[in-house]
Amino acid sequence: MAVTTYSGTERYNFDIVKKFAVMSLVWAVVGMFVGVYIASELAWPLLNFDSPYFSFGRFRPVHTTTVIFGFGGSALFATSYYVVQRTCQTRLISDGMASFTFWGWMAIIVLADISYVLGYTQSREYAEMEWPIDILIEVVWVTYLILFVGTIMRRKQPHIYVANWFYLSFILATALLHTFNNLAMPIDLFSMKSYSLFAGTQDAMTQWWYGHNAVGFFLTAAFLGMMYYFVPKQAGRPIYSYRLSIVHFWALSFMYMWVGAHHLHWTALPDWTSSLAAAFSILLLMPSWGGMINGIMTLSGAWDKLRTDPIMRFMIVALSFYGMSTFEGPMMSLKEVNALSHYTDWTVGHVHSGALGWVAMISFGSLYHMMPKLWDTKIYSQKLVEAHFWLATIGIVLYIVAMWISGITQGLMWRSFDEFGNLQYSFVESVVEMMPFYAMRAIGGMFFLTGTVLMTVNMLMTIRQGKRESAALDARLAAKMAHA
Amino acid sequence: MNFNFKHEWIETNIGLMAVLTMLAISVGGLVEIAPLFFIDKTIEKVEGVRPYTPLEQRGRDIFQREGCYACHSQMIRPFRDEKLRYGHYSLAAESQYDHPFQWGSKRTGPDLARVGGKYSNEWHVQHMVAPRSMVPESVMPNYPWLLSTPLDISDTANRMKALRKVGVPYSLSQAEFDANVTQFGETVARQLHIPDAQKNLVEQANFGNYDGDRSGISEMDALVAYLQVLGTMVDFSKYTDDAFVEFR
Repeated sequence: MAVTTYSGTERYNFDIVKKFAVMSLVWAVVGMFVGVYIASELAWPLLNFDSPYFSFGRFRPVHTTTVIFGFGGSALFATSYYVVQRTCQTRLISDGMASFTFWGWMAIIVLADISYVLGYTQSREYAEMEWPIDILIEVVWVTYLILFVGTIMRRKQPHIYVANWFYLSFILATALLHTFNNLAMPIDLFSMKSYSLFAGTQDAMTQWWYGHNAVGFFLTAAFLGMMYYFVPKQAGRPIYSYRLSIVHFWALSFMYMWVGAHHLHWTALPDWTSSLAAAFSILLLMPSWGGMINGIMTLSGAWDKLRTDPIMRFMIVALSFYGMSTFEGPMMSLKEVNALSHYTDWTVGHVHSGALGWVAMISFGSLYHMMPKLWDTKIYSQKLVEAHFWLATIGIVLYIVAMWISGITQGLMWRSFDEFGNLQYSFVESVVEMMPFYAMRAIGGMFFLTGTVLMTVNMLMTIRQGKRESAALDARLAAKMAHA
Repeated sequence: MNFNFKHEWIETNIGLMAVLTMLAISVGGLVEIAPLFFIDKTIEKVEGVRPYTPLEQRGRDIFQREGCYACHSQMIRPFRDEKLRYGHYSLAAESQYDHPFQWGSKRTGPDLARVGGKYSNEWHVQHMVAPRSMVPESVMPNYPWLLSTPLDISDTANRMKALRKVGVPYSLSQAEFDANVTQFGETVARQLHIPDAQKNLVEQANFGNYDGDRSGISEMDALVAYLQVLGTMVDFSKYTDDAFVEFR
């Protein structure tokens, strides 16, 4: 056994996977902590502390960037490097490039977070980084693309495994989106501040083309790639339908790019654009559910694993939330529904049912599967995995339910009229109604965060255990060699 | 025709797969974004909309810096309740000089697209320093530092030059100035002249005295100047109710 382990580390670059995996947990804890904090600021404004650095407006992008790009991004780097090497049966083409993507990506997250707190922001949601950081992202991303494609070119198999299609689509789309959404004119070469190349309507459209596809590719296609490797592995069964994976891959890649304008219903964006986006949003339900069905049905014949295997449960709950939020999304993109839901907490709830329910849960499941393998050991505590699962699930439910109630309440209060045809409520009356739900959301977030902390501890203990075991093995081997 | 397509061709050829994926993901953006730059009707023809004065633009920078857009939209939708609460629905023309747009996506607080002129300067200053002293139920953070931080005006011209490069008609030359006089009238054109940027900013701040303190120009001066111009540029009494319908 020992011999295969050693050849394993030489055959594949697992060092880079380990680094990204650990950092993805670190960023998860940091980003979710900031999330709980800003949620609490809304419930208890005292927490803004009259400080520019911690006020909600500057702190919110710290949360979104750290969870999306820090946690999600690191999990994607880790799993894509793992999956591409395992499925192509070859080592990453360059350790140096891999290492560069790691340190580059970490620098991006740190610099971005610091710059927001200091007040540097493009104010483009999920693309708040100012131009110097954007250039660094571009360089790291192109390196990532070359490394990923180069490794696929060296594969030992003629076929490219389906997980890699999704990772490839995500890398290409992110490059395209990032480039066009961040075109800006710096005020000076030595200033962080810049102004967007586009204005008003065109700028809004470009941003939401980016914004929704940050969801579509960064937070969906890529995590489907993760799903296509780790769900069959954990279930010990092949993917349910090869044909379905082809159809839904191309449909998803094509259609997602059309739907961004549903964020701009009823705005000054021309109707034709947002109507077209709404039509594609509804069509998108099919490829989305194609992915969900393909994932869940992979478990057919092994349903008993749901009772016995908490990791499998993470994955299946993730797929269920994916199915739920990809139904909710098209529904919210209908103009009549959007008239009520837009600008309210409902949108925030929807994002989190995707982000916590789908993205975080599938990442947790995959990391639980992968990390013990990387350190060649078993999970330190199955009980902690169980506890994490329930904390996370309860946390999500509290969060989403709070946001449904508050969002729909807001929407209905804003549009209600009294018997004389005047507005029934002032704006601030709707704010008052939100308070219990803002508190409930913060508590839901605390549940989720606690689960993530448990996982981090569990994984750190697993790593320690793995290191101790391999040291003991080395010692035994050395002793044997000495005797021989 | 005997064209027997096999998906196998794509999944055994990374180059082909990358090219086809790139094609698949490019169409949506091309069809939905590119025409917005060419279709005339995208932006209404309307009188009154002008680029921001240097002071207003600096206020806008601060609005952006503090992340106000995270809780306040600037985009009124064409609904009866929004008309009653906020005013006429927003026109594309009204944000044609907005780099970047600040339409927002969430109303934790009310929409600000037409907040200009609704409250006094004093109200804004007090509300920014301590929102709950004006609206007890508010959850907005306090922004006391805006009043105590002097506005950095040293790079005002640079900022306007950058905006000029991305298409805002701020003038550098006499010819550009003259063109602005024709388009916006002389009073506005003077405000848009980059060589006079700092002078104009100081004059407007001193004349407007937005923060109620004449001893210097604070960030509050700029922010309030910006808030007070929001949504006030178009005089809707000049237009019939359905004047803008064809543009939607």
